[in-house]
Amino acid sequence: MLTASNSPMDAHNSFLPAQEVIRLEKVSVRYKAPNERIGTFKEYIIRRLQGRIHHENFWALYDVDLVIFQGEVFGLIGNNGAGKSTLLKLIARVLRPTSGRVWVRGRVAPLLEIGAGFHPELSGRENVFLNGAMLGFTRKEMEKKFSKIVEFAELANFIEAPIRTYSSGMWARLGFAVATDVEPDILIVDETLAIGDEAFQRKSSARIQSIQKQGATIVLVSHNMSLVEQMCTRAAWLDHGRIQIVGDVKEVIKAYRQKQQ
Amino acid sequence: MSEAQSTVIYDSYKRGNPALEELREVLHYRHLIFQLARRDILTRYKRSILGVAWTMLNPLGMMIVLTLAFSHIWRAETIHGYPAYVLISLMAWNFFAQTSTASMVNLVWGGGLLHRIYIPRTSFAIAAITTGLVNLTLSIVPTLIVMGITGVPIRASILFLPISMLPLAEFALGIGLLISTFAVYFPDVAEMYQIVITGWMYLTPVIYPESILPESYRFWITHLNPMYYLINIYRIPLYDGRLPNLQELWPAFVMAAIVLLAGWVFFSSKSDEFAYRI
Repeated sequence: MLTASNSPMDAHNSFLPAQEVIRLEKVSVRYKAPNERIGTFKEYIIRRLQGRIHHENFWALYDVDLVIFQGEVFGLIGNNGAGKSTLLKLIARVLRPTSGRVWVRGRVAPLLEIGAGFHPELSGRENVFLNGAMLGFTRKEMEKKFSKIVEFAELANFIEAPIRTYSSGMWARLGFAVATDVEPDILIVDETLAIGDEAFQRKSSARIQSIQKQGATIVLVSHNMSLVEQMCTRAAWLDHGRIQIVGDVKEVIKAYRQKQQ
Repeated sequence: MSEAQSTVIYDSYKRGNPALEELREVLHYRHLIFQLARRDILTRYKRSILGVAWTMLNPLGMMIVLTLAFSHIWRAETIHGYPAYVLISLMAWNFFAQTSTASMVNLVWGGGLLHRIYIPRTSFAIAAITTGLVNLTLSIVPTLIVMGITGVPIRASILFLPISMLPLAEFALGIGLLISTFAVYFPDVAEMYQIVITGWMYLTPVIYPESILPESYRFWITHLNPMYYLINIYRIPLYDGRLPNLQELWPAFVMAAIVLLAGWVFFSSKSDEFAYRI
């Protein structure tokens, strides 16, 4: 399974046998888009009777092979619509591939659109427990983490207030604190590193680095090439659902930039 | 590669029976379902000072209106304690109508969530039923008060109610999952369901007694209608003050189990496609 081009370049881990945590084999994802938007059941029945339903196939990912190793910070780059988000959904178990195989070892915490699972009427405290449960933690387990989460989010004075009274920065800070405090094996980060003020941004990238030091794997999607270059060891460039190149982050970014010009 | 570590492994190739896998995941995520139900209950009662009473105002109002209206149309006073009769039936009916609708609405609302994080797709429906069961249990208190006022004796048979609630909850979950599956594909199913459920209520002896149905089509309305049996076995321990007999119990339990099984299997066989759709 290991080939030279696939081995991690990370110096910290070079003395350990590289362990696969994510493996995609010939993975394709096909969305079936109806040729016309059929919004209602009535319309569907009528069209069906008229025999006027056709689907167009759209391959969001096509024949993708990818291996990501433990402890890596892996970057995914590509233009909008290249299939990056679809790939993250496969790793997060949200989507099943149309064909091919997805294999993931460990607990995945998605940091996608932080705080999406929050309920505005509930207090910050209740939302921490609710969000924790979505990540698979019991109330008891979350109680142990609770004070650390609140402290990191800098929300000690507001934690009993309903979340609808929070500013968007406070909302995002709490979401980030929950998702990163649950000690995930794999952290999925989708363009969300720019949260809050500069001090919090520094704090959050330090948090991500410490998660990685504990042996977690991070998959990062970003359009910010300098961020990808700074954080990642390896990367893949996706274009129209196909992997163009996988390997050392500098080479991948170089190839991507050449194509853009 | 050492497989010895006790870490979770997800392999999209290993796809067993979807219905059984969903069941296993639901057990695994039971804390989440508890939290979702807790969220629903907290948000419902937090905002209003009237709290629990608020949930009761709708059926209590219906009870008063129906008592006034029907006492003239078919002399409701001939039924002993008609207000208690109608309130008990409405509580059971509303449980079914509200939780099956909530299963569908929660799934469509939670759709955004299903795009971002894996949680068992049936969580929303099960949480809706759990919330409904809490409300139904709370509603027993005002029901007992109305029974006291209207002179319907309160007997020890009310202890049978948890058993009556069981098939009612199963049936509501089964129907909730069936319509949720359709609502994922067609949003107008939600509206159509409201029409269906209103018609269904009038075709079920909820606000009127079974005895006023004409002999010629009583059979069709009662014996082919699962809700007839389910409302009956909920009403008997409260209103009639006795335990339901086997003839009354078995159709309720069998029909509820069949509907739940059908809903569960259908929903989980389609649920992989939801993330492509919602």
